[in-house]
Amino acid sequence: MSATRRIHWMKYASASNFYPLANRLAPIFMGLAVVLAVIGLYIGFFVAPVDYQQGNSYRIMFLHVPAAWMSMFIYLLLAMYAIISLVWRVKMADIMAYSLAPTGAMFTFIALLTGALWGRPTWGTYWIWDARLTSELLLLFLYLGYMGLYSAIPDRQRASRAASFLAIVGIVNVPIIYFSVIWWNTLHQGSSFSVSEGASMTSDMLSALLLMTFACWAYTIAIVLRRAQAVILERKKVALWASQISKNKET
Amino acid sequence: MPVSRLLKSKFGKEKVNETCFMLEIEGLAVEREERLLFSGLSVKLSAGEGLHIVGKNGAGKTTLLRALCGLTSPAAGLVKWHEQDTTEFREEFCSDLLYLGHKNANKTELNCRENLRLALGVQAISDEEISDALHKAGLGMLSHLPTRFLSQGQQRRLSLARLLLTDATLWVLDEPYVALDYKAIEWLDSILERHLNNKGLLVLTSHQALTMTATIRVLNLGEQRA
Amino acid sequence: MLWKLFSRDMTLFMHRKQDVVTVLGFFLIAVALFPLGISSDPELLKTIAPGAIWIAALFSTVLALDRLFSEDLDDGTLEQQMLMPVPIALLLLVRLVAHWVITGLPLVLLAPLMGLQFGLAFNEIVILTLSLLIGTPVLVLLGAIGAALTVGLKSSGGLVTLLLLPLYVPLLILGTSAVTSAMNGVDVTAHFSLMGAALLVSLVLSPFAVATALKITLD
Repeated sequence: MSATRRIHWMKYASASNFYPLANRLAPIFMGLAVVLAVIGLYIGFFVAPVDYQQGNSYRIMFLHVPAAWMSMFIYLLLAMYAIISLVWRVKMADIMAYSLAPTGAMFTFIALLTGALWGRPTWGTYWIWDARLTSELLLLFLYLGYMGLYSAIPDRQRASRAASFLAIVGIVNVPIIYFSVIWWNTLHQGSSFSVSEGASMTSDMLSALLLMTFACWAYTIAIVLRRAQAVILERKKVALWASQISKNKET
Repeated sequence: MPVSRLLKSKFGKEKVNETCFMLEIEGLAVEREERLLFSGLSVKLSAGEGLHIVGKNGAGKTTLLRALCGLTSPAAGLVKWHEQDTTEFREEFCSDLLYLGHKNANKTELNCRENLRLALGVQAISDEEISDALHKAGLGMLSHLPTRFLSQGQQRRLSLARLLLTDATLWVLDEPYVALDYKAIEWLDSILERHLNNKGLLVLTSHQALTMTATIRVLNLGEQRA
Repeated sequence: MLWKLFSRDMTLFMHRKQDVVTVLGFFLIAVALFPLGISSDPELLKTIAPGAIWIAALFSTVLALDRLFSEDLDDGTLEQQMLMPVPIALLLLVRLVAHWVITGLPLVLLAPLMGLQFGLAFNEIVILTLSLLIGTPVLVLLGAIGAALTVGLKSSGGLVTLLLLPLYVPLLILGTSAVTSAMNGVDVTAHFSLMGAALLVSLVLSPFAVATALKITLD
């Protein structure tokens, strides 16, 4: 490997180049995530003022909203990697999609959980079938479907292709689901009750929200890099480049 | 039993005089479960030629045949039929192709006649031709029975009966001799030889030594490592 | 030639009538479970009728889809179909239409009976049947994608449902709201236009999607 400092991104499409890069980057992003999260949570829970309508319970928004955003962004990323993996047969893209899925599912679950916790003091009930929570629930099914299909097929090549195809079908379906759920909601509940309505944002709240979002991003990058490394190691057993490396070691 | 003459040829080094190759395989590489089975496979076949693919279990014989037919995408390389890329001109290729895999491709609820008619797909075949073919396959008495009542050998003969009626030029057969008794093997040999004499092409795998009198090239996948 | 394929599926169905009867039986039982499990109050039944019947139709379709490709994969005829000199999408379209005629159309024909069981009025039953008439083909067309991806897997029953649920939700919402709107005297033109559009789009796009999914499976 040459010692030039220019980064050729296509180089990292190869797992053997990706691995050391991930090794260097993951701790950096994890550290960043912790720092941002601490600051963001501090501002959100202690500095931002009490909301006149919802009291202190609105503070769960600092977890709920970033988690919901992440759940959607990650699915978008996953679908993008799925397209690259399926169309151009880049194995690294498949590894990235596979590594993104559990984190996306986790954020979706957190969004649902925090949504329910927010709902209790606000509407008096833990769950409400509003458009956004229901869409989150269906998004969770999309993630579970991807992971379930991937693990159900024994042949890994077929599994990655099938799951990637499913992800692409899913991403096409997401706007359809979203709008149909919104429509369904208006049918049955009159005007939809949006939980962030009435919470006019002060600059403190906004900065806390943004910090938490960046913290989630940093966390996602760190954890996905690590997971991708683990996947690479696991597949190392059958990967061609690994056998070439071991052949070089013997000579 | 006639002694078969097998011509072993080294790839890329054999000089062939025919100017037009009907089937060309160029640089084919095939993967199975992320293992590269072989790469750089190049073969050219012209009318009347046959190719016998040998190799150990797991060498990739079936995968090669499937890649040839387009059922599985190769990791690299391409297949040309009449000098046209088979992935681009799929329908032209498929109309000239007959593939028989390990499975018999018969619906067990349908009877022999219905199965044979179905197997020939787009071809228009008269009832007499079907009866004739079934009779030659030794299934004349059984033609109205659902195939689930047939023995393994009989089912195999039913799926081979389509060879009698098809107008496909390229025959790709995966282990066609399995479950056949001595007489059926002779019968199949005669069909294959007639096909080659009629300028047809044949690609097949078989664990057993071939008993045909016709000359067939041999491709050993063991020598074609990745 | 396409007629050949269509008649092949019909012939096969003739030999395997009991499978289709099983699916229909499931539909009847599933619908019956709703009043049994919830309440037999006539007003309540009228309210849940569209949802119950649609959900039962949904699950029956998924159950029937299981048989769409699995046998053909097992006996090798699926490979032969993929090697036919016809565009695979066209071949699949014919197969899916045949599959709907065999498994979906009976559900549509049974729907009026179900409507009566739930005490729906005549015009509501008409809307219900129409919604299923347009909706069940879409269920089959979309469901085939899930079936194609999971064919041959050992434990695919629950997995297919999980995969198809997000795809089916918009259609479920459309179909049930059409009937509910009819009950409330609201105009249902919009609902049926959307469902008709969904049917046309899936008729055109789904065979290609299923073809891609099958190529992935057979690879």
